[in-house]
Amino acid sequence: MTDAAILFDLLLAGSVIALAIASLTVRDMFAAIVLFVIFGLLSALAWVRLSAPDVALAEAAIGTGVTGALLLKTLHHLRYVTGKLGEGPARGLTPTAPVPAGVIWANAAFCGMITLGLALAFLGAPRSGPGFDALVAEAMPASGVDHPVTAVLLNFRAYDTLMEVVVLLAAVIAVWQIERGLSDAPAPALGEVWQGFARLTLPAIVVVGTYLLWKGSEAPGGAFQGGAVLAAVGLLLLLSRIYVPQPAHRGLARWAFVLGAGAFAGVALLVSGGGRVAFEYPAEHAYALILLIEGLVTISIAVTLAALFHGREPVAAPVPEGRNDT
Amino acid sequence: MTPDLIYGLTGIAVFAIGLVGALCAQDRLRRVLALKLCSVGAGFVLVVAAWRSPPADPDPVPHALVITGIVVMVSATAVALALIRRLQTLEAEDDDD
Repeated sequence: MTDAAILFDLLLAGSVIALAIASLTVRDMFAAIVLFVIFGLLSALAWVRLSAPDVALAEAAIGTGVTGALLLKTLHHLRYVTGKLGEGPARGLTPTAPVPAGVIWANAAFCGMITLGLALAFLGAPRSGPGFDALVAEAMPASGVDHPVTAVLLNFRAYDTLMEVVVLLAAVIAVWQIERGLSDAPAPALGEVWQGFARLTLPAIVVVGTYLLWKGSEAPGGAFQGGAVLAAVGLLLLLSRIYVPQPAHRGLARWAFVLGAGAFAGVALLVSGGGRVAFEYPAEHAYALILLIEGLVTISIAVTLAALFHGREPVAAPVPEGRNDT
Repeated sequence: MTPDLIYGLTGIAVFAIGLVGALCAQDRLRRVLALKLCSVGAGFVLVVAAWRSPPADPDPVPHALVITGIVVMVSATAVALALIRRLQTLEAEDDDD
């Protein structure tokens, strides 16, 4: 039994490495992105083997799903602006210049040394060393939830998670600023099959996303995984043109962006006082407060990830003022 | 041979592949892809650090760190891709002139 599992591990590890190399060396950019998505899903499988289902869910939904969609959208845009939309496979889309052999060798030596150092450090480090397991297990009864990873994310290390939500907010602000006045590539025409597919799967995705959020307090899942699955609803709505972003919806979108960070920080500050510090939830309300934060953060994450995919801020005029490059 | 050893070395290999790609790739999109590979490699090493041989439960703190890392990485990727789209559009407009 153990031997079969080890064989599986070796095969999976080999595939992951081979896919990583392939996604960087394959000629066609589209193939590179598809290989990267497979790489991400197999990495998630490896993390399930390492008993990290939460991380695997997050990697599959956010690290692979949303990132893959972002990469494909950018590839489509680059092919459009460079006039290569109808052309076949292309090695790259940015102009390339020959690199001197000396630079390549210097890079290879540098990367080799770093990798060797990392491998030596990893092999020399104590295996299964003392971690935070005992501390977390000791504090679990006071956390308000039954799942250790959710307890760490939303209670013990809630500062990290708040900052993570703020980073997401900063990213969407940056993307809206960068893409201001940029003309959008026309989306590829998707057939009627796609519309039907979207209508059939949308309710199921909403249920799965909400279930992941709800289940997060006692089992793998939570705000980030649920939010990413719900963001897939947004992607489907945008791609199938069931929902087209209107300039009038910008205000609502902005509120949705700040909802998560605002509610998180608000709850953290409101529970402080009376001898407690920020993020120190009163024990009897901890579960309700964590669920409230998770619910609002999930809405924020879903809307933000969908907005990051859409990119450009919806504007009324095709060419807004402030463009002086013509 | 244990899973933590296998996947730990896998993570380091993936990180190295990403590092070489980020330094040597010419295409901007591929360079972003390479950096994403680096982050997955780092995730591998952290998840391995959290692993305990069954039936012991893994350490939840590195797991939370990796989840945070994945969300931060998607934000950084989105901004990088928006910059690439902008840059490429400006270059295409310059070529038209």
